[in-house]
Amino acid sequence: MHDDIKDSLLKKSRATRSEQRGRIISLTCTAIIVLIVVSIFYFVASKGLATFFSNKVNVWDFLSKSIWNPGSTDSHGSPQAGALPMIIGSFGVTLLSAIIATPFAIATAIFMTEISPNKGYKILQPVTELLVGIPSVVYGFIGLSVVVPFVRHTFGGTGFGILAGTFVLFVMILPTVTSMSVDALRAVPRYYREASLALGATRWQTIYKVVLRSATPGLATAVIFGMSRAFGEALAVQMVIGNAVLLPHNLISPASTLTSVLTMGMGNTVMGSAANNALWSLALLLLLMSLVFNLLINKIAKRGRI
Amino acid sequence: MQNYSADDKFIRELDPKDHEISISTEDLHVFYGDSEAIHGVSLPFERFKITALIGASGSGKSTYLRSLNRMNDNIDGTRVTGKIMYRDLDINSQNINVYEMRKHIGMVFQRPNPFSKSIYDNITFAPKRNGVHGKETLDELVETTLKQAALWDQVKDGLGQSALSLSGGQQQRLCIARAIAMKPDILLLDEPASALDPISTSTVEDTLLALKDRYTIIIVTHNMQQAARISDYTAFFHLGNVLEFDETSNVFQRPKITATEDYVSGRFG
Repeated sequence: MHDDIKDSLLKKSRATRSEQRGRIISLTCTAIIVLIVVSIFYFVASKGLATFFSNKVNVWDFLSKSIWNPGSTDSHGSPQAGALPMIIGSFGVTLLSAIIATPFAIATAIFMTEISPNKGYKILQPVTELLVGIPSVVYGFIGLSVVVPFVRHTFGGTGFGILAGTFVLFVMILPTVTSMSVDALRAVPRYYREASLALGATRWQTIYKVVLRSATPGLATAVIFGMSRAFGEALAVQMVIGNAVLLPHNLISPASTLTSVLTMGMGNTVMGSAANNALWSLALLLLLMSLVFNLLINKIAKRGRI
Repeated sequence: MQNYSADDKFIRELDPKDHEISISTEDLHVFYGDSEAIHGVSLPFERFKITALIGASGSGKSTYLRSLNRMNDNIDGTRVTGKIMYRDLDINSQNINVYEMRKHIGMVFQRPNPFSKSIYDNITFAPKRNGVHGKETLDELVETTLKQAALWDQVKDGLGQSALSLSGGQQQRLCIARAIAMKPDILLLDEPASALDPISTSTVEDTLLALKDRYTIIIVTHNMQQAARISDYTAFFHLGNVLEFDETSNVFQRPKITATEDYVSGRFG
């Protein structure tokens, strides 16, 4: 006997077909993204590693020597590619700007979530979002015309250097760290605050001992996110840091970062030459560092979930 | 739901000569923005007794309880008028140090809310903020409060473990222990057993009965058997009014108000 329902159970319908189509589309998009990421890694790695394999630069020399002149060779016949000045420059501006930005960001976040949520929401939130949207060339330009002269007058020297870079990066990462800290504090359940207040704890004790403590993983993530942004920032830093590939003696002597050397040098080298490969090695180093930052964030996020 | 007149009410007077009053309210109103959640409630709470606040959802009993130690201060747009008398002081006035007041009027919430710290740190959190120091003093405090909350035997070997690893009932008893670690006069409990299973509920109830001779306890509950089991006085809330306040046995067996009778016999709620 003919059974319509039984037949329909075995047949494909419009619903099953559209579901299949949807799955194929999203899978394809995901695959393309993965492919792009993998190719970028492969490309940067193959170019960057050529410095060590084809041009025979010692990896340790690359990380620890301070003479950067990859176009010419040293007494052993390998290019002089010592990236230490840039590594120190990059880490210097990153760490210093994070150290300065963190207290400001957390204080602002506390104000926005705990002390005056209304004003925080109406005034500070839009301001923060606006700061994120300002292009980095504008920050660099302001840095060049305001921060550099300020540093020159106050601390001496030319004004260009790690200190000027730190100030500019501080303003650039502040909104990022602030808005992520706000998210971290808002995620602390209200009943934690009530529990603490009901025990007679003051607002400050509640903020310091309960809210900040339980938001610590989120706050750490915010700071690392800011650091990874500072580490990768090229243009604004390049405009104020002085771009001298020398080991910085102090915070106000001209220096350089991995990114600034890359932006300065990429137009002036021939693809495949030792000088060009050395720049790719710097790019590889940048890529690996941002990978490390991401891994750190993941690790903290996992620990915070328990 | 039938409409019951708010004028038809019975509030038992407690003669101060025979009953020591720990805390009381006089004409307490609570407003959320423009809407009035509590319409002038006057209740006395006798010392070393358990008073249960019962009533349907939205009757205002939790709102009322939260006003007693001014937890409603933290909610934007909330206004509380009227008097809350505690030690001959109106603690609902501006010049009161709210943080000090809350040390004497502790609170336990509906949902167990231990901090994500160790059991030990949960209990010592408030005492440490108030200048109680010294390992021995704190150890002793942790032991006595956990014993009072009937939790000591279960956790004495793992005081360093996270409070979040405890079961729901244990967490709630930890919250009670944490509240009494401050040695308050009054303990406010906002449906402390509503998120717990029957066995945990009965241990929490036993804990409260054991605490009665040291603390004045005010408890909001949805569970009428619970109110009948543990309380000495019961106040019946209906739409922001107290319609009946009397000894618990009277409220449940000989209610004087129709609304109360309908509620305790399960005709609405």
